[in-house]
Amino acid sequence: MAGMNMISAAQRFHAYANPARFMALSARLLMPLAALTALLTGAGLWFALAASPPDYQQGETVRIMYVHVPSAWLAMMGYGVMAVASAVALIFRHPLADVCAKSAAPIGAAFTFLALLTGSLWGAPMWGTWWEWGDARLVSMLVLFFLYLGYMALWATIEEPVRAARAAAVLALVGSINLPVIRYSVVWWNTLHQPASVFRMDGPTIAPSMLLPLGLMGAGFTLLFVTLLLVRMRAEILRRRVRNLRLAQAGGAGEV
Amino acid sequence: MTRAFFALLARDLRLAVRLGGGGGMAVFFFLVVISLLPFGIGPDRELLAKVAPGMLWVALLLAALLTLDRLFQADYEDGSLDLLTMGLLPLELIVVAKALGHWLTTGLPLVVAAPLLGLMLNLPGEAYPPLILAMLAGTPALSFLGAIGAALTVGVRRGGLLASLLVMPFYVPVLIFGVGAADAATGGFAGEAGRQSLLLLGAVALASLVLGPLGGAAALRANLR
Repeated sequence: MAGMNMISAAQRFHAYANPARFMALSARLLMPLAALTALLTGAGLWFALAASPPDYQQGETVRIMYVHVPSAWLAMMGYGVMAVASAVALIFRHPLADVCAKSAAPIGAAFTFLALLTGSLWGAPMWGTWWEWGDARLVSMLVLFFLYLGYMALWATIEEPVRAARAAAVLALVGSINLPVIRYSVVWWNTLHQPASVFRMDGPTIAPSMLLPLGLMGAGFTLLFVTLLLVRMRAEILRRRVRNLRLAQAGGAGEV
Repeated sequence: MTRAFFALLARDLRLAVRLGGGGGMAVFFFLVVISLLPFGIGPDRELLAKVAPGMLWVALLLAALLTLDRLFQADYEDGSLDLLTMGLLPLELIVVAKALGHWLTTGLPLVVAAPLLGLMLNLPGEAYPPLILAMLAGTPALSFLGAIGAALTVGVRRGGLLASLLVMPFYVPVLIFGVGAADAATGGFAGEAGRQSLLLLGAVALASLVLGPLGGAAALRANLR
């Protein structure tokens, strides 16, 4: 009995040592990061909406792209962060990794939704339709959105955090293996059913006047992702502490 | 180990035959969905023939999803899954046996029923061989990928619904290549695109034979600690 207690105490120490350091570090990083995010996104928005010329083909609608492209990029990066964190959580049992994976999912899902929404808004004047099944990126973004939702639903339905973390990590990894297959199959499906007739955004090379706002927005959104991730991770750690305290209060069952 | 594997498979098949509510229900569901379709889009025979391969695939996919929760849930509830994990078989092989049992009792009957339902949708004659071949190649992927979803949601409230939602994105390639191999628009497997679809479908199925047991076993380990 004594031995078991010592092991669990050591495990608890290990589990809390890292989050404690993380909490201290993230508390110091949060404000500078938020300020830098506001600065970069603000400058990016100014260049994107006011100080850049309209495109000679797309007119003013090109400005949607300055939100759309960074969102799409972060939608994918979010899944990457989630998958890597899940792998670390499964392999090394790092106590912060599953917190990171869980926290990244809603942010990634939000950016995916934003990318879909802005893509749709951009499509209405440019393609003449709100939704174009003929665009492989649009469709694979939708599937990515479903993957995010499934991942979040799994977290939400399994009550015990440790079990939920493992199951969700398996799902995220299986999803990351499947994503390229899904992506490829959607591209294949499109080439089967219709030739690539839709306007391709990556066709013409980007003018320098557009590259500056795009770069600023990309950097700003990435920092926004990091800032939000830190905030969510801190909230998640605090939530777990509260849960453990409640359980301990409820009858000495804090080690669940 | 081989004997344990086949014993487990035989047990699953026997349970499916004697308890009912499994493959038979899936086939019935398949029939009902396909019969609803003409009510929805009208009795136009040409239109029905055109959408038949896609609709048959979508309905088959839904029917397969519907039975996923049977994969591990019953064994989890009566405790036999715990006993199985303590036995000789590694968890991966347990998942293989379970998924194989699911395919034999659900996937295969659905494939057998598909041509009959194709008649109801006025599917042209030359579309049958590629369709059946594609379904034979694709349905194991549905069972093995579905096993991951079923294992992830074992012991979860309303696990069946959640499993369907989790697995649905993984079924997208199967659906795309499956319809691609059977669609008259691609010339079935007589055409170049149709043959490529069939080969890709086979590749997806083979990959899922590996991914399913590994992912399923990992998920079971997470849920059965």
